[in-house]
Amino acid sequence: MAAKRNTKSSAAKAAGKDELLKYYRDMLMMRRFEEKAGQLYGMGLIAGFCHLYIGQEAVVTGIQAAMEEGDQVITGYRDHAHMLACGMDPNGVMAELTGREGGYSRGKGGSMHMFSREKQFYGGHGIVGAQVALGTGLAFADRYKDNKKVAVAYFGDGAANQGQVYESFNMAKLWDLPVIYVIENNQYAMGTAVKRASSETHLYKRGASFGIPGEEVDGMDVEAVKRAAEKAVKHARDGKGPFILEMKTYRYRGHSMSDPAKYRTREEVDDIRSHHDPIDLIKKRLIEGKHASEEELKEIDKEVKKIVADAAQFAKDSPEPDPSELYTDVLVEA
Amino acid sequence: MSIEVLMPALSPTMEEGTLAKWLIKEGDSVESGDVIAEIETDKATMEVEAVEEGVVAKLLVAEGTEGVKVNAAIAILAEDGEDPANLEAPKAAPSNDKAEPVAEAEEDAATEDAPETGEPVVIDHAAPDASDPEIASGTAMKETTVRDALRDAMAEEMRRDDTVFVMGEEVAEYQGAYKVTRGLLDEFGPKRVVDTPITEHGFAGLGVGAAFNGLKPVVEFMTFNFAMQAIDHIINSAAKTLYMSGGQMGCPIVFRGPNGAASRVGAQHSQDYSAWYANVPGLKVIAPYDAADAKGLLKAAIRDPNPVVFLEHELIYGETFDVPDVEDWVLPIGKAKVRREGTDVTITAHSRMVGFALEAADILAQEGISAEVIDLRTLRPLDTDTVVQSVKKTNRIVCAEEGWGRMGVGAEIAAVVTAEAFDYLDAPPVRVHQEDVPLPYAGNLEKLSLPGTADIVKAAKAVCYAE
Repeated sequence: MAAKRNTKSSAAKAAGKDELLKYYRDMLMMRRFEEKAGQLYGMGLIAGFCHLYIGQEAVVTGIQAAMEEGDQVITGYRDHAHMLACGMDPNGVMAELTGREGGYSRGKGGSMHMFSREKQFYGGHGIVGAQVALGTGLAFADRYKDNKKVAVAYFGDGAANQGQVYESFNMAKLWDLPVIYVIENNQYAMGTAVKRASSETHLYKRGASFGIPGEEVDGMDVEAVKRAAEKAVKHARDGKGPFILEMKTYRYRGHSMSDPAKYRTREEVDDIRSHHDPIDLIKKRLIEGKHASEEELKEIDKEVKKIVADAAQFAKDSPEPDPSELYTDVLVEA
Repeated sequence: MSIEVLMPALSPTMEEGTLAKWLIKEGDSVESGDVIAEIETDKATMEVEAVEEGVVAKLLVAEGTEGVKVNAAIAILAEDGEDPANLEAPKAAPSNDKAEPVAEAEEDAATEDAPETGEPVVIDHAAPDASDPEIASGTAMKETTVRDALRDAMAEEMRRDDTVFVMGEEVAEYQGAYKVTRGLLDEFGPKRVVDTPITEHGFAGLGVGAAFNGLKPVVEFMTFNFAMQAIDHIINSAAKTLYMSGGQMGCPIVFRGPNGAASRVGAQHSQDYSAWYANVPGLKVIAPYDAADAKGLLKAAIRDPNPVVFLEHELIYGETFDVPDVEDWVLPIGKAKVRREGTDVTITAHSRMVGFALEAADILAQEGISAEVIDLRTLRPLDTDTVVQSVKKTNRIVCAEEGWGRMGVGAEIAAVVTAEAFDYLDAPPVRVHQEDVPLPYAGNLEKLSLPGTADIVKAAKAVCYAE
């Protein structure tokens, strides 16, 4: 049983040009998408709860890079980037945020509740920690079907204190289910710092009493994330049971759009943005490794902006759901 | 002074059992705590320990005797200095004949509303139902307990569909806390009959996730009282996800187990959740009474592509009814059943209360009141058409349920009837339900709290202005 910190990334081989460019593009897409969502929220086009992923992009990008087609993903309510990482259409995601017919849930789910069977994305869950038990169930079905697929359940440092997480850990190890628990430790559960809520702040150790290996990973470095994920995914796919990855990451924006931001200093946020930004890091590696020029990256930037602008336009233009949709989808008609 | 060893009650609902094996013989000395016999009930096999010391003078019941009543004498111990040979058997006969139960048991059982502690309610289950369009005349019938009917339903569906599996606490090796899953492990193995840790919240969520990913879980709660730990997943994850996903994420899962009052187990183990789950869009809620409905509706629930809450009742698990002996007995979800036709008053009930309603109808008939008894069977969707049609005929209604009345099933039916058959009503609807208190432990208070036949009779007379 290995629960260890693994923040060093220098030993492993570096990613190639195409891989780095893909990371850059994917993370930039998430960043621009979320910035646009924030704008639309400010304009009153998006309502209710809207939790932005800005700052955490390396986590989902790196994990996704280690997965195979057919593997499942499930997460909580900070889910927009996870959907983009799964290959879901930005138009459909943005239109769901605006509550329109063209949204993934046809406007009935909103920011926190989107799904795609096609892309094996299982939500989008608003109850903190629920996705951990559900994700364990996805893995239970994989093992039952013996399909060699794995499930990834993402949750935050806040959810890591929910009881059902440990009920799930217990069953996952008891039955050696192919599930990877990715704890996105962005340091704050809403406004509560990890050390104010957790007696053991090294969350990767939380599986120790169940015999689940865990590793701490620099969640701001997409390459480090990918390497850790490859190991965890292999472990699960080989039938060795669950694996915990604690991603040390940071969210730049508030918990949701209505966040007073009184629980941390401006300096703290600025320091991370200036010195530990996951996109800047990859950009630096691309330039210094002579994989891409500033101009080439700007071209990617332009492309991404266009896709996001189009998504926003689609989300504005798509009509609200027809009133007849009120009573559809309550039950599957047998 | 000799000591009588009495047939012990091994569970709150045990009335009789089989004396499977003696582990002592006449002439043996026993100490308090020695295991002296093994007893079997329909639910379990248990060891009986001596509670006094002495020499075994007589074994009054032979090994293998079935139907030994609780509190019947099964052996006599001689105390120090007594001659075992001179001791005589007590007069009460021990085995399953017409013997009077011993006084203590009789006292407990002196309530028709709580038959679990004494004689079962005598309901003529063989009498044909007033209307049951689903059963063709001439269909062969097989006597089956509700418990076995539920097991048969699961086994048949598991044979039919590889994605159906059963999980819960003690469902496999223990053979079910209430023996509903008896035999399933042997036939289907541990992959499909899964013992879980005591982890209701966790395994309910795991079940929902497995349903999202293509399986058809049957999740057993040892009782629905424990499902309160899991209700977030039943409602937030299972019931709402189809809607939240715009129709993409179906959740074909059955949550089943005993619901409602058991017997003398106190407030935390005795709640009726009918109204709670029936309140939630996205769920189907079924609460059958007899074995035929238990089987036919559980099979339908397992095949249904939606999450189904299937509310059973511990106190009718052991009752025997006719089940149609046909290849594939499946009933439609959402259809009430008129169990007895009548003209003067409609009585609605579900689950165990149906038995009381039928008894009440018998009593009312003797007093010249013709009651129509409707077994709701499904609470969501609720078959209001059948109820409203009945009220248009009888002009009066009594809504009976075991749970609390406030915001309850009866309240809903009264509202529907008032809205849809107002002009037909000759009296305000009356509800029969549990008293508005947590269920007390004390036998007399428990009896006062739970609704029963007498309450239904009284309510029916009230709406008929008969008293």
